[in-house]
Amino acid sequence: MREVAVIGIGETRFGELWDKSFREIGIEAGLFAIQDSKTKGEEIDALYIGNMSAGRFIDQEHIAPLVADYVGLAGANLPATRIEGAGASGGLALSQAYMAVASEVHDIVVVGGAEKMTDVSEVYAQEILASTADQEWESVFGATFAGLHAMIARRHMHEYGTTKKQLAMVAVKNHKNAALNPNAQYRRELSLETVLKAPMVAEPLGLFDCAPLSDGAAALVLCPLDRAKEYTDNPVRIASCGQAGDYMALHDRKDICTMDATVVAAKKAFKYAGITPKDVDLAEVHDNYTISEILAIEDIGFFNKGDGGKATEDGQTALNSEISVNPSGGLKARGQPVGATGVAQAVEVVRQLRGEAGERQVKNARYGLTHNVGGTGASVIVHIFDGGV
Amino acid sequence: MAIPRFWREIPSRYNLIGTECGNCGKRYFPPRIICPECHRKSVGKMKDVKFQGKGEVVTYSIIHHAPKAYEMQVPYIIAIIEFEEGVRATGQIIDCEPEDVEVGMRVEPAFRKIGEDGKSGVIYYGYKFKPA
Ligand SMILES: [Zn+2]
Repeated sequence: MREVAVIGIGETRFGELWDKSFREIGIEAGLFAIQDSKTKGEEIDALYIGNMSAGRFIDQEHIAPLVADYVGLAGANLPATRIEGAGASGGLALSQAYMAVASEVHDIVVVGGAEKMTDVSEVYAQEILASTADQEWESVFGATFAGLHAMIARRHMHEYGTTKKQLAMVAVKNHKNAALNPNAQYRRELSLETVLKAPMVAEPLGLFDCAPLSDGAAALVLCPLDRAKEYTDNPVRIASCGQAGDYMALHDRKDICTMDATVVAAKKAFKYAGITPKDVDLAEVHDNYTISEILAIEDIGFFNKGDGGKATEDGQTALNSEISVNPSGGLKARGQPVGATGVAQAVEVVRQLRGEAGERQVKNARYGLTHNVGGTGASVIVHIFDGGV
Repeated sequence: MAIPRFWREIPSRYNLIGTECGNCGKRYFPPRIICPECHRKSVGKMKDVKFQGKGEVVTYSIIHHAPKAYEMQVPYIIAIIEFEEGVRATGQIIDCEPEDVEVGMRVEPAFRKIGEDGKSGVIYYGYKFKPA
């Protein structure tokens, strides 16, 4: 295995991008990343793209060659592969690209993540999200995706005394961060009262406990670390990658309040990187619902099981506190184009480690972590990045 | 949902038919073709077994925002039930006001309509749970 670096990043604005098609956002993010990396099109060996459900959202399968084609690389017969792992699609695309470079199969690889969710009705989009749970034994009985996360929240409240206010504080914090992110879907702060008074979606989760439906894309360019300086003065090393799986249905998990796949994926990633949770300066975690961020910060190991709500309430996850969690605004406020998420998280971490995050810059950041979840936790992938190279 | 797809699962949805591993004796609901404990040793040895489905609420949510097939039912209670037989299943709780449901509540299965394909489409039946 050789060391791998990120040498380019790019992303579109996230939100309801009605004026832009799927291929346009895919191209935009890809071109930004390629330009940022100063690579030439003909140097690119492969494209991996994370996408959850283009077939249902825009009636288009086979989107990897489509994006490669419109980026102008079809003539070079570029190999282009789509990776699907529900909400973790983007993170899985990154890990495939990382392994391809680490194993010396490829040198320069572009990783994209893209989803166009707002061309379909909101109700239909929610059904597509629910299809990442077990259709036969969860969704068919009326368990919505929000409902499954609400059941995690209810049990967490029951076992650990987590409160609705603590859940709401996740949304308040992430909106505060997103207000400083020019590419975020919601660039406005949200008061605690607004979150608590919002209409219920699936009790105890209200409207503002849920990440939005979004359009958006993000991209990265990877190359071997020993060649990174040919392209950039500011390479970021991918220190490790850990992936884990679990039972498909929430009811089959060992503990409803623990995402075992996160625990295992994070352990693998920390072990390989040779660091501990205490060394991490910032983390982009999968906050598709407010409860998800609380589980994530416990299961990654930043806080003890059951303490995530209180830590959030006490401000220990705010920007430039104990650990800066979701400085981009997270899925909650930066937006949630599902398949783009894992790549967008990496874009934010790399930007932070380069010191280019502007008003939301995490100070003296050396290590950043991304945590990307598929379904209610049947797929989890964690990456650790090192800016000290 | 395509009719054969629902039809295939009718024994489990109507009568709580799960499986028992012929190698280790562990029981599963919903049914499994391979025992996650015994792997290869369980192949071809999984037997059908009927569950009583009595149990208690592990966790629940009250759904206010539902897909089309369930929007007539909101607000409804969705829950994870742990059967006395040791397995867990997801289903709705009926004959119970949303404010009365709680973790640990005793329930038993009930056979009900669970959804439909539009106004004139197929109606699906299966298990729900009611307070016991
Ligand atoms: Zn067995």
